[in-house]
Amino acid sequence: MNAVLKSLLEQVSDLHDIPAGAYNIRNNGHSEGRNSTENIQIKGKTDGKSGIDIIVKANTKNEFVHIPALITEGGINDLVYNDFYIGENADVTIVAGCGVHNCSDEASMHEGIHRFFLAKNAKVKYLEKHIGEGDGKGERIINPQTHIFAEENSYMEMDTVQLKGVDSTNRVSTAKLAEGATLVIKEKIMTHGNQTAETSFEVELDGKGSSANLISRSVAKESSKQIFRSIINGNADCYGHSECDAIIMDSGVVAAIPEITANHLDATLIHEAAIGKIAGDQLTKLMTLGLTEKEAEQQIINGFLK
Amino acid sequence: MLELKNISYSAEGKQGILKNITLTIEDKKFVVITGPNGGGKSTLAKIIAGIEKPQSGQILLDGEDITSLSITERAKAGISFAFQQPVRFKGVTVKDLITLASGQQLSTETACQYLSEVGLCARDYIDREVNASLSGGELKRIEIATVLARKTKVSLFDEPEAGIDLWSFKNLIDVFEKMHEEIQGSIVIISHQERILNIADKIIVLSNGEILKEGTKQAVLPSLLNVSEGCRFMKEENR
Repeated sequence: MNAVLKSLLEQVSDLHDIPAGAYNIRNNGHSEGRNSTENIQIKGKTDGKSGIDIIVKANTKNEFVHIPALITEGGINDLVYNDFYIGENADVTIVAGCGVHNCSDEASMHEGIHRFFLAKNAKVKYLEKHIGEGDGKGERIINPQTHIFAEENSYMEMDTVQLKGVDSTNRVSTAKLAEGATLVIKEKIMTHGNQTAETSFEVELDGKGSSANLISRSVAKESSKQIFRSIINGNADCYGHSECDAIIMDSGVVAAIPEITANHLDATLIHEAAIGKIAGDQLTKLMTLGLTEKEAEQQIINGFLK
Repeated sequence: MLELKNISYSAEGKQGILKNITLTIEDKKFVVITGPNGGGKSTLAKIIAGIEKPQSGQILLDGEDITSLSITERAKAGISFAFQQPVRFKGVTVKDLITLASGQQLSTETACQYLSEVGLCARDYIDREVNASLSGGELKRIEIATVLARKTKVSLFDEPEAGIDLWSFKNLIDVFEKMHEEIQGSIVIISHQERILNIADKIIVLSNGEILKEGTKQAVLPSLLNVSEGCRFMKEENR
């Protein structure tokens, strides 16, 4: 593994080397290494599409799957389909994440389309971190899609973070939840320069007792623009909550477009959105503790996106 | 020693919030500023902390002119300020805030000590965010803990008793008494509370932007308490 690849890998998945357990490392559209374990099988797609199937056996407990996707050249257009089949009662952590290192003047793009099929009582923690780097003029574009099909009493938590260097992102997440299924999505985004970030969630709460909690925190600096869309349809006795909290700075723009629809009398749906600049009294308080205005701003943002 | 010389302050639409205020706060002294609401007390504290700038006058800390220093520079020079209405921060934990206040890396144990001093069970609070989930009284005590952690020459508290329940009030008095004993600097408290006035070395009565009275509690306190008797008398007279 070369230094650029190693550094990217470390940033998107906290890995210092080839991970233990099941993994697939994708670089510039090709697999750089793959490993299956007794309980977790990873195999290449056979339908002509680029990508992998990740099959987790029923009752697998506390195992990890690492599937980082990296791009280290300009002019790459990487489209990948990854499908995750999580067996009944399994409890696993999946670390995805994408890093684009582009030193060229040609754009590089990664589009990862992930589908999750959670069987009854399956539990997944899905971590996704996106970064862009490199000093070329070529854009770094990451467009992830996550489609979740959650069967009875399954649980999925998705933590997604994009804090720097991605020029353009269009993130689409959809979910269909059966009885008793739970979905928690925590999203953190920071944009700067002329970057754009668009996030769309669409959740169908189909089963009795299903619940979804979507929490987005974002910071838009300089001339960057963000759009947050969330649609939650309550089709049963269910609970849905979405929250968009954004700090705008300089000429940053954030739009929040929530939509909640109760198609069932016992559906409880809530949306909260707050967008604004850093409150003056927050800066003042930290300055009375001896921080400069810049340091205070940094502390407030660090805390907000922690 | 903190000296204010001829400080005057007017805001847009309101003239004479502070009128030519001159006062001295000696080292190791416990000074309480009291007086009616709207009399200029909070403005005076904000002027000392650098949050508001006076139109005229001078502020000296240990003989050095700090009038033109920013909030940050004054904080570094040795002035701490506990807000009347503490600020909430999403994502910033109680430990983060106390660590920032102390200006150095703190062990959880040390951070907890400051919380215990203000009567909060440290373990329950140290990792909590300083956000809307905390009650007004809890925030107020955390605010006081941030000032304790700074250990500066001058510690200013703007109505620390507001929002603190009666049960915790005794504890608050203990905090200030302990601080008075241990700290080498001076403590300035804006308060309406008789029990806080009672532990003052010096009381300053500020009303309508002017110092009405200034002196030891023996000299000032009895006349303050008379005011309320006067009110009672007026009520009776109005019957």
